[in-house]
Amino acid sequence: MALALNEEQLMLKESAKDFLQQRAPVSHLRELRDSASERGYSTELWTEMAEMGWTAILVPEQYGGLEYGYSGLGIVLEETGRTLTPNPLLSTCLMGVTALTRGGSAEQCEKYLPEVAAGNHLLALAVNESSRHAPHSVTTTAKKRGEGFRLTGRKKAVIDGHNADTLIISARTRGSAQDSDGISLFLVPADGPGVSIERYRVLDTHCAAHITLENVKVGPDSLLGELHQGAAVLDPVLDAGAIGQSAELLGLAQEAFERTLEYLKERKQFGVPIGSFQALQHRAAVMFGDIEQCKSIVINGLHALDKEEENIPELASLIKAKLSETAHNVAAEAIQMHGGIGMTDEFDIGFFLKRCQILETFLGDRYFHLDRFARQRGY
Amino acid sequence: MNELEQFRSEVRAWLEANCPETMRQPYRSEADVCWGGRNWKFQSDDQQAWLRRMAEKGWTAPSWPVRYGGGGLDREHAKILKQELKRINARAPMYSFGISMIGPALLKYGSEALKMQHLPPIVRGEIRWVQGYSEPNAGSDLASLQARADDMGDHYIVNGSKIWTSYGDQGDWMFALVRTDAEASKHLGISLILFDMKTPGISTRPIRLISGKSPFTETFFENTRMEKNQVVGEASQGWTIAKYLLTHEREMIGQTGNLQSGAELLSQVAVKKLGLDHGRLANPVLRTDIARFEIDEVCHQLTMERARDEAQAGASLGPAASMLKYYGTELNKRRHELLMSVGCHDALVWEGAQSDDGHLPRLWLRSKGNSIEGGTSEIQLNIVAKRILGLPG
Repeated sequence: MALALNEEQLMLKESAKDFLQQRAPVSHLRELRDSASERGYSTELWTEMAEMGWTAILVPEQYGGLEYGYSGLGIVLEETGRTLTPNPLLSTCLMGVTALTRGGSAEQCEKYLPEVAAGNHLLALAVNESSRHAPHSVTTTAKKRGEGFRLTGRKKAVIDGHNADTLIISARTRGSAQDSDGISLFLVPADGPGVSIERYRVLDTHCAAHITLENVKVGPDSLLGELHQGAAVLDPVLDAGAIGQSAELLGLAQEAFERTLEYLKERKQFGVPIGSFQALQHRAAVMFGDIEQCKSIVINGLHALDKEEENIPELASLIKAKLSETAHNVAAEAIQMHGGIGMTDEFDIGFFLKRCQILETFLGDRYFHLDRFARQRGY
Repeated sequence: MNELEQFRSEVRAWLEANCPETMRQPYRSEADVCWGGRNWKFQSDDQQAWLRRMAEKGWTAPSWPVRYGGGGLDREHAKILKQELKRINARAPMYSFGISMIGPALLKYGSEALKMQHLPPIVRGEIRWVQGYSEPNAGSDLASLQARADDMGDHYIVNGSKIWTSYGDQGDWMFALVRTDAEASKHLGISLILFDMKTPGISTRPIRLISGKSPFTETFFENTRMEKNQVVGEASQGWTIAKYLLTHEREMIGQTGNLQSGAELLSQVAVKKLGLDHGRLANPVLRTDIARFEIDEVCHQLTMERARDEAQAGASLGPAASMLKYYGTELNKRRHELLMSVGCHDALVWEGAQSDDGHLPRLWLRSKGNSIEGGTSEIQLNIVAKRILGLPG
């Protein structure tokens, strides 16, 4: 497949761009922050996104979706990355939907996917238990009781954990803490007895949650995927999540860079635009090239997800590591090149670095993914 | 089966029948690289046959028009041919500055007569071309070149010298920039002219590099006669054509060190040398640098592919070629730095059969030139900043 967008994809990109620039520019994020929004995103805006069909992009047609694939959803995520618009697309419509399409039974898909596609139901994946990303390190237990299970444990740093209607919980059904065998996934109603949710705010007004499970009772129909073999669903979900985050980081990096480039042309010191100085020109040129490389790998990763290619684990880590490094450098350079004004809260450029740090950290930072990339390649 | 898949299966069958087994092995040394030309001594019958067969199909220049001997393939078909060659690890039938540099410039700017004269022999690998651009006092500031061409009616008499002529002592014909109008402005007085290296009054002298090898020469012109009908395009157009040609040169250099299919990954070499410790390369710091390098290598390859997808078949990449040249060459330097670290004491050996006469350190030293030749990294970044980003000054 060609590494360029086709006409239909270009149209989706344009419409997403127009909508977000009008309805949710960076000032929208600032309003959410200043009003200390509990959810961390706007439910009105979410309804509009659902009306645009964004919540249905990845959902198969038989469950009321558009079946437009990861490439389609990636285009939207790239644009929400540009405007830093808070929304649960990644947690629900990318990772949640992937978990169901990869591991869900027909009944589970029938139950959740149409509601997700309509924008009425939110999902969140609760996987980590320490303050680092370590998806196979699971001590939360799921003990067999009669037909069903009892879940006990604590999950940390769950993206959209405070908003979700249903949580996807990884729990140990056999083996010891670090084994990838013996992990099972469960669909757990967030408002059920024994589930307590501690919301907290991160850097830029987004929210996440720590979740405690105390003897939470679930039926046999809540098991997602095969017993003990949850990693076979979890890993692809995390890979798709990392590539989706990378699409967001790509949008973020492009926007921060374009704003900086404009500033280099406008801002005058010593009687000339500061963009005429070679010290800044060369750094700008390198950032441009780095972003071009990021475009190539993100589009490649999204295609690979759509085609279910074999090398996705390696590719996902490659992409997340590169995007984290590049977007971070661009967002930090954006502040440096704006000078003093870049340090002020009044000016928007600082929001890009904050969001970047969040996206980088959730689901594995660049060091996690560098290490994983090397292991995937056998060294 | 659609037409493209039909083409793929035909290509596959043809390659199966026509690509000799020895031409599917990774390159062992520089001698395995075929350059063609009047002075070329084929290393083997297979090397000769492989070039001849590919040239007969026009597949040494797949996207050139058939009437000039090319393959006449559009972007999609050319890509399939490339994929199928890669699939069997086929060596390039030849390396050629005719195909990568002067050919595209002739296709865009040359007269029909010049195209008919020069393109078919390039496709067949009969003429080896060399480049006469830099001069001792015209490096990064190329347009200040001084090789002087005096107008003698139907021909010029040229005096001056060129430097950094790749394989100047092995070339058959040269394309060179000369100053045909001393009165005109710096950029408008330059012409691109073609001539046979056997012309009286031309001499070359090899330049010994830090690697101990001499892949470049100086080239001297002393009252050398050059024909006016060998000027490409209009006389005053030389600089415009030269820049166009440079984008092709940069794209080519950007591919330097591009991983040959079947060749070992850097990490595989490192695992052999250093071994694993609990499944990870024994030196964890070097491991990180290698992982970052291999990630950037994939990024560069996919970006080259995307740039080609977005451009028209055979068209110039424009200023984007500068970006690719910058990344490709910086990457190749990193590769060789890492290979030296992986090789450690063994990588210091300069002579003897075991080290293949210091093959590794000589390549490492040679790679330092990648970010100088074809325009330095700094010049490439200037071009990106001004021509792509529109920064002032």
